[in-house]
Amino acid sequence: MKKLTSRIDKERLLLGIAAPVLAVVAALVVTALVILATGKNPGAAFSDMTTYGFASDSQVYILNKATTYYLAGVAVAIGFRMNLFNIGVDGQYRLAAFVAAVLGGALAVPGWIAIPLVIIAAMVTGALWAAIAGVLKVTRGVSEVISTIMLNSIATAIIAYLLQPGKLARLEQGGTVVSTKPLPSSSYFFTIDAGPAGELWGFIVIAVLVGIAYWFVLGRTRFGFDLRTVGQSESAASASGVSVKKMIATSMVISGAVAGLIGMPTLLNDSHAFSNDFPTGIGFTGIAIALLGRNNPVGIALGALLWGFLERTTNHLEFQGYDKEILGVIQGVIVLCVVIAYEVVGRYGLKRQQQKVGAELAAQAAAATKKQEVA
Amino acid sequence: MRRVAKLSAACIATAALAVTATACGSTSSDNDTDSSSTGGKGGIKIGLAYDVGGRGDRSFNDSAARGADKAKSEFGGSIKELTAKSSDTPADREQRLSDLAQAGYSPIIAVGYTYAPAVAKVAKQFPKTSFGLIDAVVDGKNVDSITFTEEQGSYLAGVAAALKTKKDHVGFIGGVDSPLIKKFEAGYVQGVHDTNKKIKVDTQYLSHGSDTSGFASPDKGEQAAQGMLDNGADVIYSAAGSSGNGAIEAVNGVKGAWAIGVDSDQYEIPGLAKYKNSILTSMVKNVDVGVYDFVKSVKDGKPLAGTNTYSLEKDGVSLSTSGGFLDDIKAKLDAAKKKIVDGSVKVKTTP
Repeated sequence: MKKLTSRIDKERLLLGIAAPVLAVVAALVVTALVILATGKNPGAAFSDMTTYGFASDSQVYILNKATTYYLAGVAVAIGFRMNLFNIGVDGQYRLAAFVAAVLGGALAVPGWIAIPLVIIAAMVTGALWAAIAGVLKVTRGVSEVISTIMLNSIATAIIAYLLQPGKLARLEQGGTVVSTKPLPSSSYFFTIDAGPAGELWGFIVIAVLVGIAYWFVLGRTRFGFDLRTVGQSESAASASGVSVKKMIATSMVISGAVAGLIGMPTLLNDSHAFSNDFPTGIGFTGIAIALLGRNNPVGIALGALLWGFLERTTNHLEFQGYDKEILGVIQGVIVLCVVIAYEVVGRYGLKRQQQKVGAELAAQAAAATKKQEVA
Repeated sequence: MRRVAKLSAACIATAALAVTATACGSTSSDNDTDSSSTGGKGGIKIGLAYDVGGRGDRSFNDSAARGADKAKSEFGGSIKELTAKSSDTPADREQRLSDLAQAGYSPIIAVGYTYAPAVAKVAKQFPKTSFGLIDAVVDGKNVDSITFTEEQGSYLAGVAAALKTKKDHVGFIGGVDSPLIKKFEAGYVQGVHDTNKKIKVDTQYLSHGSDTSGFASPDKGEQAAQGMLDNGADVIYSAAGSSGNGAIEAVNGVKGAWAIGVDSDQYEIPGLAKYKNSILTSMVKNVDVGVYDFVKSVKDGKPLAGTNTYSLEKDGVSLSTSGGFLDDIKAKLDAAKKKIVDGSVKVKTTP
């Protein structure tokens, strides 16, 4: 027992908690000021957010949203750990969801075969799309930031081209909604009935599994170690025998494969088809959430939940007469605060450490001179 | 050490999740006790869920707003307005509608086809609430699907463009290459070519597929219009929500060029007053009529349901004549309209 407590460095623990607390408090203060500036009462807004956000139907909504966001956060975080900025998550998931929806609509096999096939198709599509950027980077040195942004636009164009009546889609009643052939009901992913609160998407289980796999592969395997090493110093990694190019290509592919999963909760649990109103922009939300969660599997989960909470409650704030732009302000402020808070706390911690080491060294030196005097 | 920090983080996360999972019990509707009192007494409580852009887009959403405003001024009551974001998921749209329904708003009007799946779901949950859906069709006893024959109005816009162009070159700018906007394109192109086969029509969409930014990017509209003008087109029809404002601005910079507006009579819109002498006409989609009729039917206790199509014949779509720029070709436009109404010209809905 003593051994365990002695291993807890109180100061580091305190610093670890200080950063997120500082960030949230700062974000709250700034948001309150913004709401005050619009001539409304921030106290009422926050209390409305809490009561509404913790209602049971809100919680189901938040968990469903967080499922999608978590996958997006992990997809981005895999790249981040490698120092790769995969902005292409957005295009990867949309293309993946589209391909998966087309396949799912065409399959006439029992659900236990169809669902894994749909999911695998999505992961493969996402991986292949990301691989283009990975290959360009290792063979031609093209920055992945540029190539993935461009691939996003290309993905949008490809989907727009194929998602047309007569190609891979059909017109819905009324002639305004165009969508792929819906999945047969046997291919729906299971949901958990939460009574009047709605249905909790079963895909949350997959999201948790992805989180565990992310933690295990990065933290507990040689591959993960290599990946993090390359992320911290490419030259050091290659000096120790790690093939940097191979690692870049592989991590891009893995990031893309996870990105392929992002659209799956919506496709398999909610819309059951890819139509022209499929949600967009989740890849970019993923970047914010990965930053918020510091690339940590648990942190990303908290970030995703926070994001879902904010969206749910600020939607309702609009209903209560607040400006709908508040959501964007709060989200932006939180991400900024988190980044700044970690930097500030990190620097403070470093300074404290240096002082401590300095003090210890000084004490040692003093002790040594004293000893000499005695002798 | 690091492991302990991680362990504590894991504990906090689990606790947070547990709170999330167990603190349930009441849904948000149970908590919303005061929201029902926000409406005016005795009047009708109209809930409006706008598409991206919302009130103030000087186009599609504004037209719906006008209908609701008219109903409110006649019947009294209150209007609650919510607006979509371009990053919306189906769940967000459902939330918007069910928030309105829970607060006792009826009728609730969903402006825009992206609401179709949300209306289908929420209308079932609130069978006593009347829902109106614009531009799409959803079956349901309490759903009024309000659609318009955009292709017919656009056909007339095409006839007007063909008669007004001096360079035999016209343009079409669509917001998003969705089936709805393609109806506009199909009608317009057919109208141009039925009038004069030799006229060249440039077509451009501002965004594609799931990217709906083309409905709310005046800068994109301006660039597209500028490109067409540089290319030699001199009449440009834009069906692109608020992006059309940019197109009108660009057209205004070229002498002799005309812009054709959409949805609302854009000649009359104060924000576009500077450019109104370049606005030949607007293909007015009388969303306000559809909205007003629906609200009135609810007020009268006989809510409309099923699909109500507002065609050229019923003046659901029409060309505006403000400014008098169409006066010299009025006879030809009336002749074209007559042909559509009596069925001798069938306007295509897909290009």
